[in-house]
Amino acid sequence: MVKKKIKDEWKITPYEPIGVVAAQSIGEPGTQMTMRAFHYAGMAEQVPTGLPRLIELVDARKTPKQPIMEIHLNKKFAKSEKKAMEVAHRIEYLLLDQVAKVKEDLGEKTIVITINNDEIKYHGISVDNIRSKVRSFFKEKDVRVTSKDNKIKIVFGNKNKLIDIRKVYIKLSKLHLSGVKGIEKAMVIQQNDEYIIFTSGSNISDVREVEGVDTARVFSNDVKEVEKTLGIEAARTVQVQQVKYVMDSQGLYVDVRHIMLLADAMCFDGEITSIGRHGLAGGKPSVFARAAFEETVRHITEAAVTGTVDRLQGVTENILIGQTVPLGTGRVKLKVKL
Amino acid sequence: MNTGVYVNGCLVGYHDNPLELYNQLVASRRKGEITKHANFSYNKTFNSFYINTDRGRARRPYIIVDNGKSRLTQELKDKLNSNEIGWEDLVNMGVIEYLDAEEEEMAYIAQWENELNEKHTHLEVDLISVLGTVGGSLPYPNHNLSSRNAMAASQTKQSLGLYSANYTNYYLSRSYIMYYPQLPLVTTRTYENLKMGNHAAGQNFVVAVLSYEYNTEDAIIINKGALDRGMGRVVMFRTSTAEEKRYPSGQKDKFEIPPPTILGYRSEEAYRYLGSDGIISPEVNVKGGDVLIGKTSPPRFLEEISVFGIIEEKKRESSVTVKSGQVGIVDSVMVTDSLGGNRMVEVRLRDIKVPELGDKFAARSGQKGVIGMILPQEDMPFTKDGIVPDLIVNTHAIPSRMTFGHIIEMMGGKAGSIVGKRIDGSAFVNDNIDDFKKMLKDNGFDEYCEEEMFDPITGRKLRAKIFVGVVYYQRLHHLVSNKIHARSRGPVQLLTRQPTEGRARGGGLRFGEMERDCLIGYGSSMLIKERLLEESDKSTMLVCARCGSIGYFDYTKNKTVCPICGDSNKFYKVEISYAFQLLLDEIISLGVNPKILLEDKA
Repeated sequence: MVKKKIKDEWKITPYEPIGVVAAQSIGEPGTQMTMRAFHYAGMAEQVPTGLPRLIELVDARKTPKQPIMEIHLNKKFAKSEKKAMEVAHRIEYLLLDQVAKVKEDLGEKTIVITINNDEIKYHGISVDNIRSKVRSFFKEKDVRVTSKDNKIKIVFGNKNKLIDIRKVYIKLSKLHLSGVKGIEKAMVIQQNDEYIIFTSGSNISDVREVEGVDTARVFSNDVKEVEKTLGIEAARTVQVQQVKYVMDSQGLYVDVRHIMLLADAMCFDGEITSIGRHGLAGGKPSVFARAAFEETVRHITEAAVTGTVDRLQGVTENILIGQTVPLGTGRVKLKVKL
Repeated sequence: MNTGVYVNGCLVGYHDNPLELYNQLVASRRKGEITKHANFSYNKTFNSFYINTDRGRARRPYIIVDNGKSRLTQELKDKLNSNEIGWEDLVNMGVIEYLDAEEEEMAYIAQWENELNEKHTHLEVDLISVLGTVGGSLPYPNHNLSSRNAMAASQTKQSLGLYSANYTNYYLSRSYIMYYPQLPLVTTRTYENLKMGNHAAGQNFVVAVLSYEYNTEDAIIINKGALDRGMGRVVMFRTSTAEEKRYPSGQKDKFEIPPPTILGYRSEEAYRYLGSDGIISPEVNVKGGDVLIGKTSPPRFLEEISVFGIIEEKKRESSVTVKSGQVGIVDSVMVTDSLGGNRMVEVRLRDIKVPELGDKFAARSGQKGVIGMILPQEDMPFTKDGIVPDLIVNTHAIPSRMTFGHIIEMMGGKAGSIVGKRIDGSAFVNDNIDDFKKMLKDNGFDEYCEEEMFDPITGRKLRAKIFVGVVYYQRLHHLVSNKIHARSRGPVQLLTRQPTEGRARGGGLRFGEMERDCLIGYGSSMLIKERLLEESDKSTMLVCARCGSIGYFDYTKNKTVCPICGDSNKFYKVEISYAFQLLLDEIISLGVNPKILLEDKA
């Protein structure tokens, strides 16, 4: 990063309680969001927006309700929709029963796969491709695979019991034809004269392996996953961007620096920490501060067992005992003792 | 499939032809063979026939219609008009029947007689009957938003009036009587039929719609002259009760002037109005702290028998006093027996409540407001005829709320007061705005109720014409004098030594967590300390210099003691909140030993 000289007037005054100000600045618009978010009740919700999404972000949930990816493509693929579609088909997770009808006949001991021509055309996959996948699925088994037009017939040998056929049938209908695991849907959308892919479902590491994907420009809204694959710095950026997005989509303005502070607080441990009992608030060093927040008795008994000393350096504990708070005017001291 | 027949929810049998059954049952009910309280209905989707005769069903009357002809014929109407027959007769004659919610599904009801056709089974008696007692008494509700009517209905229930003509015989814990209640100039048929005018709650005010500085944000400006003439004046009655209770020990309370030696004796001054029987006399001016009924009670716990074998008489003071901040005149004193057979005294105080700044008024269209200014009559704007309005409401109260009923009531009230006639403002069928215009014009007023007005302070004519009308305004029972509250110093709670909460206990206003956060956010930490410590539960704690445990001062030995190191020790005096001391005590009670480590303040 290039270091820029910061103007003095931009600097925050020493001992300014920026955390409280940030919390209030995000919290107050949040109250308005509650009122508006419920108006959307009953709509088919795809991606949670508004307050539910904000709570999800602040709680650092492991699995967001609807992970979404934004995938940019190489120069070769980005310029034409057809090429982009190719990549999309490579990304979208496709199972056999999505493009074909699989039928078992236990009397004849056969399974018949009827491929839907429209579906395979739409998903950009050929009959031969499916056939070879099915063939390799039945390798080293006592079966005979024949095919004609869009039909694949599997005849089982006498060694196979009926229950085996049923087991195979279930596995076969969920046969993985193409795509990346976890990506339910991939859509091609034109944006600023290049074609990009939006997906529902997220899998950063595998998507980056796919041919045609610009590895540097793969985005996901799953903060935890970003943290795992790209590291904490990337996760922080995504966190900021996501909170900002929620606020913007509700038509609320919050200065980014408040959101950045929130993200910094959540990330400075080296991993994403939630706000709340199990996260930041629960990790406060002061016994009194924790006891005042939640689960009072647990914290006091724990402190008693371990002989904890509360150094009274936080805000809550100082208010509790009736001292000045070590912030603002309470922090400045006279240098010269008289 | 046979239809199940249910009587009051119990399956009693089956029937092949439910509609025929319905017609038969209804016919015999109209003949009087079956009780008129029964209702029948057939539900096609459930294929069930319901007969309901139990209580608690809301029912509504309808005129029965045969082949498109109302059973209420002109002949019957004439008889009704000449008072030959009444409502009950119509019900008994089978002209009118009551339907419950379920049977309404069987009926096809016409709203007007002229729209009747062959298919109709019933006819509404009057469209206003779809509204209840309160809703039906609102003027022109069909010109307002439904939410405004709902508000108007709930405000009407809060109005002060003449709840009963024999109010002198009531000893209600709190009640109000209006001085000069009036019948509304714009009434409704519901209002008239229920004779609600017998306990009217409101007065007809001359209202000008005018933005006049002190009526912003739904405030109202009121005419001092009108107040002096008794407008909006109510008297509040408040009853205090005391009973000579019997206790399990056989002792009982006693009405008397408590002797000065008694536990909890007030000042002599507090008892000065009491008669020798310990009860106050009527027409005495009392204020907060004065005793109304002097009473003594036996001790809470039976004392031990003293050395001389006599049970020492240690009674408690338990008088009934006027609550602090209240004033009044003793209106009436009643001595009677309680349900338990004990002697009981009821003292009723009376206090005149002249409208003051902040008292609440409301019209019958959801237009409520509090008094923002009381102007002397000579400072109120007046019309060219010399009419001075009683009330000035703000123009901004009208457009966004769209209470057009309020405007029509103003016009109707004005027209009615000029012509000397009460106006029917019932829902749907009512006196028309065109009539008012004509009435006003014929009497030399502007047909749109606008008046030229003059500002008495400058003497100039107001530049705009002002809409002036007559509206029925109600005084609502949110009186400032019953709510006003402030605290500088006052009582504290026993447990936490923090200020008490609530007006009745002279408490403070809570400085809550979010308020605290704001001060932290501002960085004013001395101010937080002052709010949360100095003005709350500040106390000093003794901390043992050697072991850090909390010491105390032993008054019998006149020294400080540490529970661990014993006495003769060095102690530090620490200023902390009493709540913290309480917390430490509670932690100790858990079996945990907290210690205070002290260091010099940097």
